[in-house]
Amino acid sequence: MSSKTRDVNSGDYAVARKNQKVENKIMDKSSPKIKQENEIELKEEDSNYPLSNNLLTSITTNFGNNTKIVYKKEYRSKIMVKPENLVETALFLRNNHGFDHAESASGTDYPSDNEIELNYHLGSYSNTDYYPYIVILSARVNRDDPKSNSLINIFPSVEYHERETYEMLGVYFLGHPRNERFILPEDWADIPPLRKDFRIKGR
Amino acid sequence: MTLSVGPQHPGSGHFRFVIKVDGDYIVYVDPDPGYVHRGHEKMCEYRNHFQNIPHLERPVIHDSCNITYAYSLAVEDLVGITVPRRGQFIRALASELSRLSYTLYWLAIYGIFLGHSTMFMWPAGDRELLIDLLERLTGARVTNAFNIPGGVRNDIPNNFKEKCLAQVNYFEKRIKEYDDIFFNNPLLRQRTEGVGILTKEDAIKLGVTGSVLRASGVPFDVRKVEPYDVYDEIDFQVQYMKTCDSFARAYVPVLDMRESCHIIRQLLDKMPESGDVREKLQFNIKSSPGETYKRVESGRGALGYHVVSDGSPKPYRVKASVGSFRNLLALPFLLTGSKLGDMPAIYWSLNYWPVEADR
Repeated sequence: MSSKTRDVNSGDYAVARKNQKVENKIMDKSSPKIKQENEIELKEEDSNYPLSNNLLTSITTNFGNNTKIVYKKEYRSKIMVKPENLVETALFLRNNHGFDHAESASGTDYPSDNEIELNYHLGSYSNTDYYPYIVILSARVNRDDPKSNSLINIFPSVEYHERETYEMLGVYFLGHPRNERFILPEDWADIPPLRKDFRIKGR
Repeated sequence: MTLSVGPQHPGSGHFRFVIKVDGDYIVYVDPDPGYVHRGHEKMCEYRNHFQNIPHLERPVIHDSCNITYAYSLAVEDLVGITVPRRGQFIRALASELSRLSYTLYWLAIYGIFLGHSTMFMWPAGDRELLIDLLERLTGARVTNAFNIPGGVRNDIPNNFKEKCLAQVNYFEKRIKEYDDIFFNNPLLRQRTEGVGILTKEDAIKLGVTGSVLRASGVPFDVRKVEPYDVYDEIDFQVQYMKTCDSFARAYVPVLDMRESCHIIRQLLDKMPESGDVREKLQFNIKSSPGETYKRVESGRGALGYHVVSDGSPKPYRVKASVGSFRNLLALPFLLTGSKLGDMPAIYWSLNYWPVEADR
């Protein structure tokens, strides 16, 4: 990035952007049509993935309308919850199914929906049945004021992943002891780089 | 007293951590990665899947075949294609050679930082043989860009099988010599045994991976628990130890090297004599909208790619979950409370590659 876009003294990093017109164009372009399968489609292939069925049935019985099953594949399933239910779902997955660590925690920016999606890839080392299995716990937070409860008390392994998500996407994790700079340079004053409106200069 | 280790300190690579010492004991550790951060995940959004391949392998050029393997599996899952059988064998072969090459490089560094110059020179010299093999196979010495979506770039050259078998046979003998000169050395044992204990419960809690996890008694290897391509036809054991100390973390990769030799021999034996090595794909291949998470076992543990696609030739979002970044959490955990002199033995036993953690 050129030095023009950096403004160390400005508290609000978004103010430092000069090429707002370019950004708006990009925002219009990026309207992702990521396939979001619904529950009805999934029932046809129930017999193929017994492991997924056990887990997802127990999730839907306990959390009902608060969860949405986005997809179910072999050894993978994605569960979308509301941000306020993130902690209790994670706690349920850990205590009842043995998902004890997070392989990664990251986020995806969806500017057209004005949302940022958080993804926790949870795996299990203590339950050998679930060794190959990864459940993706997702929640969508508002892009203008992205805040979410930290899962650090449930999975200590998310500590650095959440710190990285904080600086790369600007999501503030409530209850995380260190929402601060980890990988980016100390003088970084631009918008979080993994947001879609951040453009690499010249591309 | 506060000490800053790195990023110019040769003992840390391109990585800095701040430690506070009280007398001889470390009381506080704060890792500070990011000195070689290159915006890897962001740059993936500007290139199509094939252009991403040479770019993706940069974090760990010594283990390039495994990194591109994981990404290729993810793209193939999104596009919905199967690699021809001969191609599956060849890329498993490339990834095993790449794993051996990486482990030798790491072992050389581990040796020199425990003050053992011979252990630096022997593995570094033996690695040349593997790099020569990879050069014959892929055309490049370290930045191979060999495993691509759809298979591998080229078929194996003439006489490669014989060359490869000869090198593997020689290499197995050398591993015994490493044991004699390094791992059975009483001084080395004194410096590593019982140092930096990471119990099974703590390892699970911290979510570490690879040799760090297996040295703590959890037999988790992605090649075994979630076999990709031809690994379910290959007979090998998951190597793990239960002593949980620095010695175990250093020795599990060596046990893995023996298994890799065993795997390479089987791959060469079972490989079909002829057939396609890649599925012909368009350069600007479009994957269907959706997302996937695929992982492989790299030299540093599970390496996964979460790829989101919106149906265009370029990925919408790429997230790499790498072993080094996950194992980094164990560094403050193990160093806090240990002696300053044990720092190199603990730090390098974590199989940490700073460039990969930065991505």
